[in-house]
Amino acid sequence: MVMEKKPAINIKGVRDGLLITVGEGEWRDLEAALLQMIEERAAFLEGARVALDVGNHILRAVDLGKLRDRFSEKSITLWATLSNSPVTEKNAQALGLATRIHTPRPERIIHALDTNLPGETAILVHRTVRSGFKISHNGHIVIIGDVNPGGEIFAGGSVVVWGRLKGMVHAGMDGDEKAVVCALEMEPMSLRIAGYTLNLPQRRGKPEPEMVYVQDGRVITEAWKTKVK
Amino acid sequence: MAAKVLTITSGKGGVGKTTTTANLAVSLARDGKKVVCIDGDIGLRNLDVVLGLENRIVYDLVDVIEGRCRLRQAMIRDKRLPELYLIPAAQTRDKNAVSPSDMVRLTDDLRAEFDWVIIDSPAGIERGFRNAIAPADMAVVVTNPEVSAVRDADRIIGLIEAEEKGPARLIINRVNPAMVRRGEMLSAEDVIELLAIELIGIIPEDESVVISTNKGQPVALDGKSRAGEAYHNIARRLNGEKVPFLNLDEKEGLFQKLARMIKPGGN
Repeated sequence: MVMEKKPAINIKGVRDGLLITVGEGEWRDLEAALLQMIEERAAFLEGARVALDVGNHILRAVDLGKLRDRFSEKSITLWATLSNSPVTEKNAQALGLATRIHTPRPERIIHALDTNLPGETAILVHRTVRSGFKISHNGHIVIIGDVNPGGEIFAGGSVVVWGRLKGMVHAGMDGDEKAVVCALEMEPMSLRIAGYTLNLPQRRGKPEPEMVYVQDGRVITEAWKTKVK
Repeated sequence: MAAKVLTITSGKGGVGKTTTTANLAVSLARDGKKVVCIDGDIGLRNLDVVLGLENRIVYDLVDVIEGRCRLRQAMIRDKRLPELYLIPAAQTRDKNAVSPSDMVRLTDDLRAEFDWVIIDSPAGIERGFRNAIAPADMAVVVTNPEVSAVRDADRIIGLIEAEEKGPARLIINRVNPAMVRRGEMLSAEDVIELLAIELIGIIPEDESVVISTNKGQPVALDGKSRAGEAYHNIARRLNGEKVPFLNLDEKEGLFQKLARMIKPGGN
């Protein structure tokens, strides 16, 4: 393939949607390339939320407004413009565009740690998992704190909650039927182990520490004290 | 003076954010503090109505940010309490007219002159919330003793932590002691058990709140009603005073018990 010199336009996925980065060069060429790109990739970009990083280019409000309108004709939402130029930033703000992408992430995906026990990694989460938060790990997950309704835990292995489990849990998400779920108070909104779903029994009396596991294709709940010998 | 920026938020709508903002602002101003409240609910403004200042609006928050007026021109001075000001929201725009960095700049301009800057956040977790929380030094979450409101409060507390504005403090609004006693309403203890943050006030259900809101005379102005008293107590707690919680339920002493429970937390 013959590469003609094209202005650099990059697309990548970020938490808030897509980030399109525009390189150096004459703005008019870059703008044309950008518009051509959204034309060519209309199907891919349809419905996307786009942040545009224009680097050092100084853009007037009309330039930005034109882009936003052309984007919206293709059902693309331009919601933010990132720039090194305060002028561009000010013009973007005048149009109601955000000028920075949020860095704090409510979703914490915690990566596996190196360990000398392959296949037996675990993470320790010492905090309350509140509604809207998701913890995902391909080993085991140990939580010191509560899992509130609306909180989600996904583990390749087992899940231990030293607290109240009131949210959603999927243990053994890659199909490990030997995974278990333990909690001091077992009141999940939903609980799955591998491909099985726990039918939540109506709680009678005070919640107590329990372990949930799969046996003969059924999900069993067992009070923890019976395990103590 | 170095103002504290306090953001009042909730996630769910209709739990009493605006009423709480108005009454805390009035209570703090009654105690001689210089207070400015900012209505963050652009497009759906109503803090001006609750404070009874709606017919005095000339400029608004968006006018300040877009440079159509000076900050001073948009600040409405309350005639009842000379140390209380309001910066109203724009009604004809939406949340995207303001960015979080605009709000930080705006509050930084106010910090030197006031003791408290109180921001009334809109419902939801989108741009409006992010605008309101960006400049906050302290966040207060308002909830009702209802499962849906508590669920949203839990979400918003998580987001406040994620924005590194935590830990949030909690106000439980519209508690009906008789219903709690009959087991028909979540008790304050149930709510605190789930949310696990510091409680700074419980506001009883009180008809005078509705009446005063409609009149534009916040209940905390005279402090005769139960709710007004409760708001005033919160204002004093915000200023570092130790104020016992109101005993809303003589028979069972629920709130006394609660007050005892909370005290070690430094209230």
